[in-house]
Amino acid sequence: MFITYLGLLINAILVSTPPLLLAGLGSCFSERSGVVNIGIEGMMTLGAFTGAAVAYFTGNGWLGFLCGGLAGMLLGLIHAVVCISLHADQTIAGTAINFIGPGFAVFLCKAIFENSSDSPALDTTAKLPKMFNGMFPAGSFGYNVISTYSVAYLSFLLALVCWFIFFKTRYGMRLRAAGEHPEACETLGINVYHVRYIAVLISGFLSGLGGAFVTLTTVSQFRPSVIVGQGFIAIAAVIFGKFTPQGTFAGCLIFGLCNGIRSLISVSNSSISPNLLSMIPYLVTIATLIFFVGAGHVPAANGKIFVRSK
Amino acid sequence: MKKKLLDGSFLYVIISIVIGFIIGALLLLVIGVNPGVAYAKLFSGVFSKPKFITYSIVYAAPLIFTGLSVAFSFRTGIFNIGAEGQYVVGSLAAAVIGILIPMPKGIHAIVCILAAAAAGALWGFLVGLMKVKKGINEVLSYIMLNWIAFYLSNFVVNIKAIHTDQGAEATKNIQETASIKMPSAMAKLTGCTDVHWGIVLAVLAAILMWFIMTKTTFGYQLRAVGFSRTAAEYAGISSNKIFLTSMSISGVLAGLGGAVQLLGMSERIPQFASQEQYGFQGITVALIGSTNPLGCIASGLFYGAMKYGGNKLTVVNVPTEVVNIIMGTIIIFIAISPVFKEILQKAVAKKEGGKD
Amino acid sequence: MKSNMDKDTVVIEMRDIVKKFGNFVANDHINLTVHKGEVHAILGENGAGKSTLMNVLYGMFRPTSGQIFINGKEVTIENPEKAISLGIGMVHQHFMLVQPFTVTENIVLGAEPMKGITVDLKTAREKILELSEKYSLKVDPDAKIEDISVGMQQRVEILKVLYRGADILILDEPTASLTPQEIDELMVIIENLTAAGKSIILITHKLKEIKASSNYCTIIRRGKYINTVKVSDVSEDDLAAMMVGRHVAFSVEKKEQEPGDTVLEVKDLHAVDYRGAEILKGLNLSVRAGEIVGLAGIDGNGQSQLVEILTGLSKATSGEVLLHGENLVNKTPKEMFDKGISSIPEDRQKHGLVMDFSVSENLVLQNFAKEPFAKSGILNKKAIHDHATQLIGDFDIRPVGCEDRLGKELSGGNQQKVIIAREVTNDKDLLIAFNPTRGLDVGAIEFVHKYLVAQRNKGRAILLVSFELDEIMGLSDRIEVIFDGRINGSMKGSEADEYKLGLMMAGGKAE
Repeated sequence: MFITYLGLLINAILVSTPPLLLAGLGSCFSERSGVVNIGIEGMMTLGAFTGAAVAYFTGNGWLGFLCGGLAGMLLGLIHAVVCISLHADQTIAGTAINFIGPGFAVFLCKAIFENSSDSPALDTTAKLPKMFNGMFPAGSFGYNVISTYSVAYLSFLLALVCWFIFFKTRYGMRLRAAGEHPEACETLGINVYHVRYIAVLISGFLSGLGGAFVTLTTVSQFRPSVIVGQGFIAIAAVIFGKFTPQGTFAGCLIFGLCNGIRSLISVSNSSISPNLLSMIPYLVTIATLIFFVGAGHVPAANGKIFVRSK
Repeated sequence: MKKKLLDGSFLYVIISIVIGFIIGALLLLVIGVNPGVAYAKLFSGVFSKPKFITYSIVYAAPLIFTGLSVAFSFRTGIFNIGAEGQYVVGSLAAAVIGILIPMPKGIHAIVCILAAAAAGALWGFLVGLMKVKKGINEVLSYIMLNWIAFYLSNFVVNIKAIHTDQGAEATKNIQETASIKMPSAMAKLTGCTDVHWGIVLAVLAAILMWFIMTKTTFGYQLRAVGFSRTAAEYAGISSNKIFLTSMSISGVLAGLGGAVQLLGMSERIPQFASQEQYGFQGITVALIGSTNPLGCIASGLFYGAMKYGGNKLTVVNVPTEVVNIIMGTIIIFIAISPVFKEILQKAVAKKEGGKD
Repeated sequence: MKSNMDKDTVVIEMRDIVKKFGNFVANDHINLTVHKGEVHAILGENGAGKSTLMNVLYGMFRPTSGQIFINGKEVTIENPEKAISLGIGMVHQHFMLVQPFTVTENIVLGAEPMKGITVDLKTAREKILELSEKYSLKVDPDAKIEDISVGMQQRVEILKVLYRGADILILDEPTASLTPQEIDELMVIIENLTAAGKSIILITHKLKEIKASSNYCTIIRRGKYINTVKVSDVSEDDLAAMMVGRHVAFSVEKKEQEPGDTVLEVKDLHAVDYRGAEILKGLNLSVRAGEIVGLAGIDGNGQSQLVEILTGLSKATSGEVLLHGENLVNKTPKEMFDKGISSIPEDRQKHGLVMDFSVSENLVLQNFAKEPFAKSGILNKKAIHDHATQLIGDFDIRPVGCEDRLGKELSGGNQQKVIIAREVTNDKDLLIAFNPTRGLDVGAIEFVHKYLVAQRNKGRAILLVSFELDEIMGLSDRIEVIFDGRINGSMKGSEADEYKLGLMMAGGKAE
């Protein structure tokens, strides 16, 4: 009994964490380079639609996943041009992305799928694959924990890769420097605009992947409300994790755990309102900020407009 | 005159709106829709009948309120991305009182409105408190409170005493006494059965805000903190107090938006599947209105018309979401308008230099 | 001091450099020739165009016209990367260091040694220690920048340049935040560098340093090239005259007067900085009516915290601030002001003015809610405007008729005049002036000094906190030296001795 519940809990964490983690890691890149990106939600939504649509037409979940990432990256490109080259206020630009991304997703959905705001349900073969299919009996611990989406485990691996990039590679060092002191970078011959463009494009790509994960795994189709707030939770996880990949990973796991507990409770006990349970991640974030984390170290140049000298 | 136009924001807002429509038209072309047909429908859907015009104005009322809310906080240097949540709790407070507590006509509506204002104020104040006491980034806590408001509303909607027994996923309707609809003669005259006092309240709020901002010592302090927190502190203005006050007032305005929409138009709250968007749309209204209270009236009317007219696009098989894309594009171009400004000013200077 | 190496090889030649920003000409046909192994000073007032010229050489700005030759070959320097590849390195006045990074990370940033795909910090560290040894530039390669002294930060900046193999070093106002003793150390470092064949361009407005270190000096005034002279052939007075275009009086006219009652008394004041480290460690200080007390010291010894506590902007952990005997410690800025403390803040753009307010609004920054400027919470725009017209005339704030112009549209000197006008008109018993002339030209400096002395003569108490020793010595009736959060000694203004002051500023005791 306990082991079954544990399996269910881990399974819930494994499906609800990856979208947050992918988007959160993306957000880390952008924020660390000095560009605030609150458009993550919009990027995820467009990624979710594109992933579902491509998978529907090609029958290939992996291709859908990749295209979801590219769609997010397209919005990332808009954000980058507007914020980096044209020096717009980053929060306002992000707000616009949150209009354009979901607007564009539903617009295309209606244009392609005969005025329906939901895309058709995907066949299992068109979704992202599960590992070790059929090795474990349905409902068993092994089925819930091991025979699950490989992308879930890959996203955890990605957190490690991001940590390596941030703290061991040349790009990571320059990325962190650009978010702290862009002027210093420039005097050292580092092209801050390049560093930031790459970071914002990565943030769009990973957010798009995060969105596509949702439609290509559990939900199996695009709906306008498919992302509802996950982009914002990802940002919360990043701030919670003090803008590091490892901290973001921890933050996303906590939110994933909240989700897992919620789905377990709502399965076993229907007397507790699911709406109250849904508030938990947000209340936990606020409580953590108030009692544990405080303001934390925000990259010094974050959100500040940087204009290259002429 | 020419210089004033080039230095001000009006010209760039207009340019941004035009570009927004052009981009929308390109998208429509891509999906094989004649933008002429779509925009004609949008336009006639707003202007062809007095009823339509009235509906557009009715749609504008809550948007002007959330727009004022965002504009007000902008002036003190705060980005109120939480107007959404404040709108929701405002509407929720008004609904609970409007449904549960019987009161005489007129008074009931006023009490509902006051409750909405208080709820919005609380929602804004909490964020201010976390910012001032703990240094927590307000953008983050606003976002958190938006979602808490969202689920709180869904929770309350499902409480037995409030949930409708008519089979819908929504609350009961508010009692007649709490309604702020205009007399039926007005509805007959305009052909709009939903015509209500919200727009009048919105315009009054805008005028009041304009007066406070420009004519009072309180407005002086708000602006001083907004422009330079450090210089304001140096001059003895407590920026923390100003933040708390302005964030609360900003919450009041968004909460009022929720109240007028509920008491005048929707009369009940549905179970939400996704956010209501009024708060986010308020950001657009504030930006298009250049954070000027009187500008917010104009931009609120514009957005109201776009929303109302946009609904009719389905008639000609055009996705209404094109409106969101147009609005998003407008915000982006307003955000980069300093670049336009520089280019235009240079071009004009060059042209005039050539004449000498 | 001056090494006698082969001075014939020209390493840098800048010809007819013009740099415009919009209609403003920052560099107007400037020429510069630097030889191998020499120290070449560039002298000019604040805003004369020295830094612009160097930013052109370093590739930060593209010149509007003109030519640059490095080792005899014409080059176009489109970015710092190019400058670095040509062997040019620059140490900026405001250090370009990433605070949370270590010394090693800062030095290698942009020129990272690689081992596969990872940055090889180990090799970097060894190379840095080697360089540090060779040029006697002592640094801790593993410390974070936010934890090390200003002196060491500067050595990190120099190492950054040497690490990239620079032969030409541009030092932009390198002594601005150093003690006289640290300045001596820097002079030794410069000597070591030139001995090793490096050429150094020294940007400064301090004449003594030029005399002490440089072979040649190029003078720039208001963006124009004035002259290049052999330093040994000219006196400090000659240099000063060329810099400002006329002979300047370094001292301010000030009549003798006996100070009156004690206005301000600070007793055993303690405070911590933002990291929680104690920065004021029991400071005692008093200022009497009709005297100017100069607080001398190196940046970072607690001056900012002291001024912030005196103006109510930050809190003391213990101690007293007595104004006419009444303890005001930890009151709000408004209470401090109402009780009689006004101030000219260090950073006029950050604290002194709301840059986006009009001049009229800025002139009532503390008094906007008082009559006649407001009544029952409603502003009286006409009274505010008339008040501004009056002060603009009285204090010669330019341009004439700037009542409705925004603060940011005025020049730096006129911005400072707005603040002086406001604070002098406030006419409080105590006036605190914190680096009141930073970044101003000579005319504006004289203006500020004139009004400080006038307030003193009127019987007000003045606390002058300045990092410019010349200013302190020129104006003060009494000088107190702050070091490490305490007063480390004092002397009468008339008996001021620069070397003794320098010693006390560095923590030593005067005999």
